[in-house]
Amino acid sequence: MLDAGGVSGSDAILTVDHVAKSFGGVKAVTDVSLKVPRGSIFSIIGPNGAGKTSLVNMISGFYKADQGSIKFDGTELIGRRPNQIAALGIARTFQNIALFHGLTVLDNLMLGRHVRMKAGMLSCFLYWGAAQREEVEHRKRAEEIIDFLRITDLRRLTTGELAYGLQKRVELGRALALDPTLLLLDEPMAGMNQEEKEDMVRYVLDVNAEFGTTIVLIEHDMGVVMDISDHIVVLDQGQKIADGPPDVVKQDPAVIQAYLGASHLQD
Amino acid sequence: MSDAQTLPGVLLQNAKTRGDKPAMREKELGIWHTYTWADYADEVRRFALGLKAIGFGEGDKLAVIGDNRPRLYWAQIAAQMLGGAAVPVYQDSIADELAFVLADADVSVIVAEDQEQVDKSLAIQEQLPSLKRIIYDDDRGLGDYDEEIILSFDAAQKMSDGGDAAGLDASVDALDPESIALMCYTSGTTGRPKGVMLSHANLLMAAHGFVSSEDVREGDDFIAYLPMAWVGDATYSFVASLVSGATCNCPESPETLQRDLRELGPTGFLAPPRVWETFLSDIKVKSEDLSGLKKWVFDIFNDAAISAGRKLDAGESLGAGDRLKLFLGEYLVYAPIRDQLGLRRARWCVTGGAPLGPDTFRFFRAIGVNLKQLYASTEVSGLCTFQEDSDASADTSGKPCKGVEVRIADSGEVQVKSAGVFKGYYKNEDATKEAFTEDGWFRTGDAGVIDSSGALTIIDRAKDVGKLENGSAFAPQFVENKLKYSAYISEAISFGHERPYVCAMVAIDFNTVGKWAERAALPYTNYMDLSQKPEIRQLIAEEVDQINRTLPEPLRVKRFLLLGKDFDADDAEITRTRKLRRSYIAEHYAGVINAFYGGEQQVDLRAEVTFEDGRKSHVDMRLAIQDAA
Repeated sequence: MLDAGGVSGSDAILTVDHVAKSFGGVKAVTDVSLKVPRGSIFSIIGPNGAGKTSLVNMISGFYKADQGSIKFDGTELIGRRPNQIAALGIARTFQNIALFHGLTVLDNLMLGRHVRMKAGMLSCFLYWGAAQREEVEHRKRAEEIIDFLRITDLRRLTTGELAYGLQKRVELGRALALDPTLLLLDEPMAGMNQEEKEDMVRYVLDVNAEFGTTIVLIEHDMGVVMDISDHIVVLDQGQKIADGPPDVVKQDPAVIQAYLGASHLQD
Repeated sequence: MSDAQTLPGVLLQNAKTRGDKPAMREKELGIWHTYTWADYADEVRRFALGLKAIGFGEGDKLAVIGDNRPRLYWAQIAAQMLGGAAVPVYQDSIADELAFVLADADVSVIVAEDQEQVDKSLAIQEQLPSLKRIIYDDDRGLGDYDEEIILSFDAAQKMSDGGDAAGLDASVDALDPESIALMCYTSGTTGRPKGVMLSHANLLMAAHGFVSSEDVREGDDFIAYLPMAWVGDATYSFVASLVSGATCNCPESPETLQRDLRELGPTGFLAPPRVWETFLSDIKVKSEDLSGLKKWVFDIFNDAAISAGRKLDAGESLGAGDRLKLFLGEYLVYAPIRDQLGLRRARWCVTGGAPLGPDTFRFFRAIGVNLKQLYASTEVSGLCTFQEDSDASADTSGKPCKGVEVRIADSGEVQVKSAGVFKGYYKNEDATKEAFTEDGWFRTGDAGVIDSSGALTIIDRAKDVGKLENGSAFAPQFVENKLKYSAYISEAISFGHERPYVCAMVAIDFNTVGKWAERAALPYTNYMDLSQKPEIRQLIAEEVDQINRTLPEPLRVKRFLLLGKDFDADDAEITRTRKLRRSYIAEHYAGVINAFYGGEQQVDLRAEVTFEDGRKSHVDMRLAIQDAA
């Protein structure tokens, strides 16, 4: 159970191999290995401080792992900067919303496409030739995402004036604007009411189905995780304690003891 | 102007005479896309051939469900091209209503806008024995549907590749102008909706009548946003565009309407009173937030506009001071407001479907919006009386249009004769017979009067007019309209027939009352909570007192209560066009009515709530009854 899951190496889009990270004396992540199957919804769960966000931060390059390797489609990620990792096709959202609150929804999405833009400063300044064509093309993609997330009526509003649930949706849009093949969602449903949660679940499933994007999800809502995940990894105190499909993880005694508590599993 | 006698005939003629001019625009992904008349005809031909391949033919019915999209209009006219009829359906209908209408209409093809509508159609397909296909416009989310009955719009058009387009065009000449082109279902204030059969000739007469009176022409822009199932959209957007060559513009979504309206600046705008009231309350809410000088300027010219409007209505002339204020106001306040609303280019604006508050009406006229009233119903193809620019007034619905005769029967009922009067209710001869007098006039069921100038004023539904116990006449809608003119009241229903006095149930306007509560630093959680605050009861009581002063003594509202939820079409309390279903409400709120006349101070109420997917739930509430001063 504690090896790198039941996924054969060839269809894994992301392979995390014996990764560890400590901050001073605190071991945030100790020796975690996992394989994320291509096209799946892959959840990482665990109690507070289990090392979930640290792991995602290492994948997206915000932290540098002390040891081990993280391979994305065969490319080693450790040692690359976040912008380089983003350019490879890995996008993420943050637990605390990371949008430009003074910019409009549309501008936030256009910014999300920044790493995909190539035109130089001068031609952008003149808005001429390739720069213009590029802008039109990127705007089209941004509009497709706006349509996909059903926020057409918000495109000209600044994100600061939106309700929390909508900001979360725009943040998902900002990540999607990168056209990622792997999307890391750090607690996308935290702090939401039931209706907002249901909407967000719908969008996560739609992104996965329509764009074929692989999704790595960190989430506390056990109902959501069990319902939509293809595969679940459970972390506790920086270590992996279970790895498998929801039905298997649900039954795992170590998981029940460490995290879920018996009452969660009755239904 | 066109001389073809059927809708597809007019379309083909337009494709010839103005093929490269814009016929429709659709906003998608933030950009307006244009279709010329040639594109329009071509798309319609291809879809018609596809329909033919499916087996759709003369006398068949095609339903469209969704927001206003070019393809849904194309589908309707394609069906008509093959001698069939289009049945537009309210897009927010719950499954039950939808199943009834589609089954009653013997629909064989459904054209659905998107996944939501496809899901609804699939759920009821077993109740629709004549259904052959469900065709969808937007494929989003439909990728993994493997039901054989569903088909994409593109695929339907592709089925026709190599079809006989010339033969199709030729067959259009042979269409009978008196055949049924459109079936609009009445909103059904009593019992089940009825299918109103309108012929090509009916619709063309109505659209021609309107287009010639308002001088609508090529290059004009309409915004097509009203529910397609409403005859108003058919006559004033879809058919009026065909006969005049004006462009029909479909907004991106209902939520973006206001922005799209401003971007587009249509040359004419038709809206029910609700929309005008929303515009006005938005203006008021925004003006409240203005700072010192701006607010002062706004108030001066706002008052000037209203008082000038009242004087003109009363037949007085304006003094030099009034004229100067209006002149300055045009630059400082009125023109900017028109621009913000998107009405800067609008030569005509129309309100219809329900009465509009006189102050709201006067406000818009005074700020230079050429707002006029019309009166019509589905059965007369949406055209009956209409105000000319010269006789626009808050009190009437205008004079009969060219080609329309109106008379008042001895019973007080308004009766109509015109080439626009419908062919009958579908499969319902009894109702059809009842709808006409022996000498062939259509009985509208509305009570009204015609004044010396020939203008019609509607008082109420004839059958709703009752008597109080003391014998004085009681017109419930008359009372309710007065109540609804208050910015704080969204809906109201009054009782009094065979009762000692008038009582009313009032639904507050969540938006304006919410704003009021905000300013008064009154915390609230939701509609229910807000409506039962003593402060809000006091606020509405003051409004009711004011309104009572304008009502004749016997009709004054003695007791009222504030409902814990607004009336909702999903709960069958009002129709999709927001007309009260009185008998249903009287039955479901019987406890409230008894409490009113039993002198109780409060009443416990269990209200049923229906979700859009048809699930039901209920809410228990305790409502306080207020005595009016």
